[in-house]
Amino acid sequence: MSTDTVDEIRTTVPVGAVYAPGSRLDWSEALVPGDVVLDERVAPNAPWSAVVRAGDVLTIVDVGGNQSADCLMFNAHDPSERYSVPDTLAWQGNAYVREGTVLRSGLGHPLMTVVGNEIDRQDTIGGACSKESNTLRYGHHTAYQHGCRENFLAEASRHGLTSRDLVSNLNWFMNVPVEADGALGIVDGLSAPGRRVAIRADMDVLVIVSNCPQMNNPCNEFNPTPLRMIVTRSEDTDR
Amino acid sequence: MVGTRDTASVLAARADARAQGANVSDWMPYLPAATSPFAPHGVDPSTLVWAETVAPGGYTHKVVARGTRLRLEDVTGDACAHVLVFNALEPWERLNVADTQKIPWQAYLGVGHPLLSGEGRVLATVVADTSARHDAFCGTSSDEWNVVKYGDAAPQGPSPSGRAQFTLAGVKHGLTPRDLPPSVSFFQGVRVEDDGALAWQGSAGPGTYVDLVAEMPLIVLVANVPHPLDPRTDYVVGPLRVHAWRTAPSSPADEHYGASPERERAYLNTTDYLEARGL
Ligand SMILES: [Zn+2]
Repeated sequence: MSTDTVDEIRTTVPVGAVYAPGSRLDWSEALVPGDVVLDERVAPNAPWSAVVRAGDVLTIVDVGGNQSADCLMFNAHDPSERYSVPDTLAWQGNAYVREGTVLRSGLGHPLMTVVGNEIDRQDTIGGACSKESNTLRYGHHTAYQHGCRENFLAEASRHGLTSRDLVSNLNWFMNVPVEADGALGIVDGLSAPGRRVAIRADMDVLVIVSNCPQMNNPCNEFNPTPLRMIVTRSEDTDR
Repeated sequence: MVGTRDTASVLAARADARAQGANVSDWMPYLPAATSPFAPHGVDPSTLVWAETVAPGGYTHKVVARGTRLRLEDVTGDACAHVLVFNALEPWERLNVADTQKIPWQAYLGVGHPLLSGEGRVLATVVADTSARHDAFCGTSSDEWNVVKYGDAAPQGPSPSGRAQFTLAGVKHGLTPRDLPPSVSFFQGVRVEDDGALAWQGSAGPGTYVDLVAEMPLIVLVANVPHPLDPRTDYVVGPLRVHAWRTAPSSPADEHYGASPERERAYLNTTDYLEARGL
């Protein structure tokens, strides 16, 4: 590096990767019936948020397959009540998220429930990637890269939240096994293009998602793809 | 007069109050710390900065300097020390359990395990452990949990929740419920089975201890309440003994410092942060 001449130094912004041309994309549809009240696409590397009303169901589509959708949830009316990994795990007595898992707050209250799931298990142990943790995991040469924590902070700030409000999160479509000796890590995913998860809001919930930009591990198959977010409302939950 | 006590006048009430000062209880701080009746063997009492026995269901908290060694001791085999640590300089930097498990590629806490913040730095390191029965999956108990399990969760009641105690401990340092992330716990083990089931392992027995070294100035919050998965239906928890003394933070001379490239970079980040602040 120190031998570079000035005209060899890049002067364009080093933005994150997006999916390769020809990648298979399957935009799918909502996993549960109901009137569509929101239908949005999340670009690779980008954040997203919405308030999902109690009783409504959010379908997240893994459009390109094995694209981690890092997710935080808050009580929309009092965001000091928020998703809690340990409460969710302790109440169900299991470390993995599957159909039927109740996603609980730190007060033990149900925020959302997994009502449909098209992969074997979902992760809530692995946490979010960040510029800071990338320096530990991969080296300081990755510090410039975008991360999920950046997405969380940017999106949270639009709702008046700060780093104090960020906690360990859920990772839809990411695979983190825990082995017998406690070894744990992010390995190749269990999902595929068009696979979905559906989560029903048990109260009015602010959902924040980061479409993970990580390019140093297999949490998006090294090929960041879009997500589709669909909120549906069934007649019997209308109010 | 109330019974045999004369508290009818200010002077008499003052004498009555002062007569109590020499009493002892099973659960109390020892001041100065050097006078602790339970000082750890091999530790120069004059280096002690914190000595206390925490009641069953109780909590404690303190700000400690970088390089402080904190010993938590499970006297009876029934303590469960739920722990949160914060950077005392910028307390929005705090324990991040996901990074603490993911970055060392290891879910179970043991000797050499760093307690990492979300800022890519080490808050504290586990430097001794005679228990090996710990948990970083289940956090602590909520009010909701304790009401279902024991019928009550209030701090003043017979079965306080860990969250209730963390809330009180935190607010004494200006922290609110927003500032309380998932915690880790020591002395009651949990293991993950093949299908993800969280299997109760419980205690290693009486008299075990865990030592943590503060790698930064820390706010330490400790709640001594039953582990959420404790299979006993009654609220069983023993006293927790806490001692801390002045030592040195981790350095390249320590085996755990360079035990993995991830950890080494975490210590480098910590030193980088502190040196820029003039610490
Ligand atoms: Zn990420």
